[in-house]
Amino acid sequence: MRVGIVRFPGSNCDTDMYRAVTVGLREEAIFLWHKSHHLEEVDVVVLPGGFSYGDYLRCGAIARFSPIMREVIEFAKAGGLTLGICNGFQVLCEARLLPGGLVRNASLRFRCHNVGIRVENSDTPFTRAYEQAQTLHIPIAHGEGQFVADNETLDELEGENRVVFRYVDDSNQTTLEANPNGSARNIAGITNAGGNILGMMPHPERHSLKVLGNTDGLGVFESLLLAVSERKLAAKPIHEGKMVGTQ
Amino acid sequence: MMESMTASPVARRTGDPEITSHLVTEHGLTPEEYELILEILGREPTFTELGVFSAMWSEHCGYKNSRPLLATLPTKSDAVVQGPGENAGVIDVGEGWGVAFKIESHNHPSAIEPYQGAATGSGGILRDVFTMGARPIAIFDSLHFGSLDSPRSRYLFDGVVRGVGDYGNCVGVPTVGGEAIFDPAYEKNPLINVMCIGVLPLEQLIRGKAEGVGNPVMAVGARTGRDGIHGATFASEELDEEGNDSRPQVQVGDPFTEKLLLEASLELIEKDLLVGIQDMGAAGLTSSGTEMAARSGSGIDIDVSLLPVREQGMTPYEMLLSESQERMLLVAKPEHEEAVREVLERWDLQAATIGNVTDDGMFRVREAGEVVVEIPVIPLVDECPTYVREGVEAPEVLELRTRDLSEYRDFTSNKELLDTLKTLLDSPSIASKRWIYEQYDTTVQTNTLEGPGSDAAVLQLPTDGCALAVSTDGNGRFTYLNPRTGGQVAVVEAARNVACSGARPIAVTNCLNFGNPLRPEVYHQLSEAVAGMGEACRSLNTPVTGGNVSLYNETGGEPVYPTPVIGMVGLLTNLEHRVPSSFQHAGDEIWVVGVTREEIGATEYLAAVHGLVAGEPPVVDLNEAKQLVDFLVTAAENSIVRSAHDCSDGGLAVALSECAIGGKDGPTGFDVALDEAPSSVVSAAALWFGESQSRVVLTCTDGDGSALLQLAEKHGVRAARVGTVGGAGEDCQITGASYLIQIAADKLATIYESALPRRMTEQAGLTS
Repeated sequence: MRVGIVRFPGSNCDTDMYRAVTVGLREEAIFLWHKSHHLEEVDVVVLPGGFSYGDYLRCGAIARFSPIMREVIEFAKAGGLTLGICNGFQVLCEARLLPGGLVRNASLRFRCHNVGIRVENSDTPFTRAYEQAQTLHIPIAHGEGQFVADNETLDELEGENRVVFRYVDDSNQTTLEANPNGSARNIAGITNAGGNILGMMPHPERHSLKVLGNTDGLGVFESLLLAVSERKLAAKPIHEGKMVGTQ
Repeated sequence: MMESMTASPVARRTGDPEITSHLVTEHGLTPEEYELILEILGREPTFTELGVFSAMWSEHCGYKNSRPLLATLPTKSDAVVQGPGENAGVIDVGEGWGVAFKIESHNHPSAIEPYQGAATGSGGILRDVFTMGARPIAIFDSLHFGSLDSPRSRYLFDGVVRGVGDYGNCVGVPTVGGEAIFDPAYEKNPLINVMCIGVLPLEQLIRGKAEGVGNPVMAVGARTGRDGIHGATFASEELDEEGNDSRPQVQVGDPFTEKLLLEASLELIEKDLLVGIQDMGAAGLTSSGTEMAARSGSGIDIDVSLLPVREQGMTPYEMLLSESQERMLLVAKPEHEEAVREVLERWDLQAATIGNVTDDGMFRVREAGEVVVEIPVIPLVDECPTYVREGVEAPEVLELRTRDLSEYRDFTSNKELLDTLKTLLDSPSIASKRWIYEQYDTTVQTNTLEGPGSDAAVLQLPTDGCALAVSTDGNGRFTYLNPRTGGQVAVVEAARNVACSGARPIAVTNCLNFGNPLRPEVYHQLSEAVAGMGEACRSLNTPVTGGNVSLYNETGGEPVYPTPVIGMVGLLTNLEHRVPSSFQHAGDEIWVVGVTREEIGATEYLAAVHGLVAGEPPVVDLNEAKQLVDFLVTAAENSIVRSAHDCSDGGLAVALSECAIGGKDGPTGFDVALDEAPSSVVSAAALWFGESQSRVVLTCTDGDGSALLQLAEKHGVRAARVGTVGGAGEDCQITGASYLIQIAADKLATIYESALPRRMTEQAGLTS
């Protein structure tokens, strides 16, 4: 699997993502410069965390207009696997690839600590390595991570099983206390209708290395590896009448 | 005295004021210093030259009052690659890797505008580290504020935390440790010290040099504006006549530009396109240009009309002394000038070639070709007049130090004792700092093995299996009552914290926060504290690789507590050997290492419970401190200890409570008899809450105690088993000096965790 990590000038989780893919998962990762127009034939595009263009304006508002976003949007709309984490999630919303938006945390403060998130849908290309309803402990680090959308959109997201992660407490419950930023319905991550684009605020790449004592986040990348392998098999022409099945 | 000079080859600039003795005084220069300037130049200085001397001979750049004292500090060891005098110190951590680190203060700006003051402080220290060719991997902040009962202090505290956080969070450097102390002594003059750590391949180490005649000198980054101009008090008088406003003294930070500068600088250094690089920090273009030339014994010739500016009509004086943020000065190899531009352009950064390196040893500045400054570099940079003054201890301090404390040595009941413990855990200086560090990104870069809340932060290094342990410490109250002890304690406590994590202390950076050195009692504090610091550093073989001096920390004639802060860096050669601070496992043995003495002077107990700052601070036995460090490192290497926590503010009772509150599976019970701890005959208060130095609370697996004791004896360290770790959620029980307390671990945790949030949210007033 070849993962393309978009590097905006203010991206600062790009190298963490690189380590998660290359050290944690032992797969290939490359950086995609924001001024480029080539996706270098990657299997997955990742928009990493950071402050893309300083984010003095609304987070991600400028990033969506950067040169490479034309190709990223094209790739995502054509069904390409696209993952946005933290600032990447904000960019995906600004680019209208995902519904809703992310505003200042309810506390009006930046917050960084481990949160519990429950896997609400383990049948996505990003979560299939997890059990349904499994709780992961993963760090958040954001000032603007409160997911908001109108009720209709929220109902639609839930109805279509597109809420992928929710903030939960130690008893796996979606309580107010478990919600670090005031997100609507404790939502921590969602997909698009096609299921090929995921945006999430917590940082799975920060919990993907054994040395750090927690690899709860690695499953996101393992899932992508499974999904990519499956897609490659499906796309392969059938030789000698042999059909390779998928699990 | 001004008229008799010979005609100057450097023309007086139209519009510049005449040099008068009043003007000289306004620039903070004494008549004697001015005479020296006349001698150096052989003529009267221009207005711009006067500004340049004023900046370079200020305490901040010239270390007038502190240089002779700093010269007594040890600066060398096998590990030190770069000592004081550069942008940051560098040590060798093996396998071709180095660690660059430095601490710096931003006290005065933060007292006026806490958010920007703290943010720009972080920005400056980050630049000091990446201009050595190192990638910043961590930030630490040592903060001192007034009491949180004061709305002004809450406002300053809140703004500083947001400022440190927002800057580091945006640049993508985790803030993983530090300290926060609250005492009325810092009410009007908070101390904001920020330390940055970076890693670099040693072959990539670059210095702030201006070598190679003809090499282009380039200004990079933000445009230069009229912000933070030194001597603006004076300048505004002149400028007002022309209808201009005086500009704010505090600069505004732009972490996004900083991030671009960081990436671009490291790329330029990696590609070996530069000769030298330096931050345009305090005194801006003046200090960066002259210091780079001084280090190389060269000269520099620049034209300020080529400098990108924010507004029209800026004078050379303003451009040379502006402290606009996020600017760097580069000296490139001439054949690489284009390549340098390409890299900078890729990062959307502005670059202007403003001059070149010369061999005549002069700092020459032109304005559209006309020479406005021509000063020999070496006298300007290296021959700033220094002063050795007479220090005298203030009589009121002597009175306080020798105060009889007998009435505070005992308690009336178990309840009073328990209430005392609760008060201490609720004291903001001791209580949990979670409210602060959860506003900081502590995990970006995925190197954080132990973050805030542990004795030392532990960070993964690029070297195989190695880690760095870092702690910042200082004790203003100790230093106030006995500056020699205070200087020693800052070093030995930081070393203890680092060693508790299993790492061997290697080197330090220091930040000296003091009042006006012209006062004999302040000079006494400064000279004694530096002497104590030097003794401790020599004893532990942890040289000083650089740092910062911040004097004149006083308001209305009231100086802050003299506060030397130490940033200690230690090396863990095997990260598997790192030791956590808190209790790990029910049934583990609890040990106290080091001797408890009759020492309650200068304690947090006296301050928080009795509102008293008095008594002799605990004595430091440097030999004992060294033995303890050696013991802790060896114990970690042999995997004998499961946790180790430094005993400092609040004494043994607080140290044990902290080990319990941070328990691996949540707040954990324990059962301890303090009478078992190694001690001379002591009072109840000294046993429970005294702050005797060189003590640590350890745990080991049940049955490993004999090995631990053997190792302690081998190192000449006294140790005794005092109790046993209980289960999560159980009670904490302590007996000692015929008292007994029992309380649920969860209750202690609630007090400890709610102290800061309660104070920061219950009163709505976060305004000044």
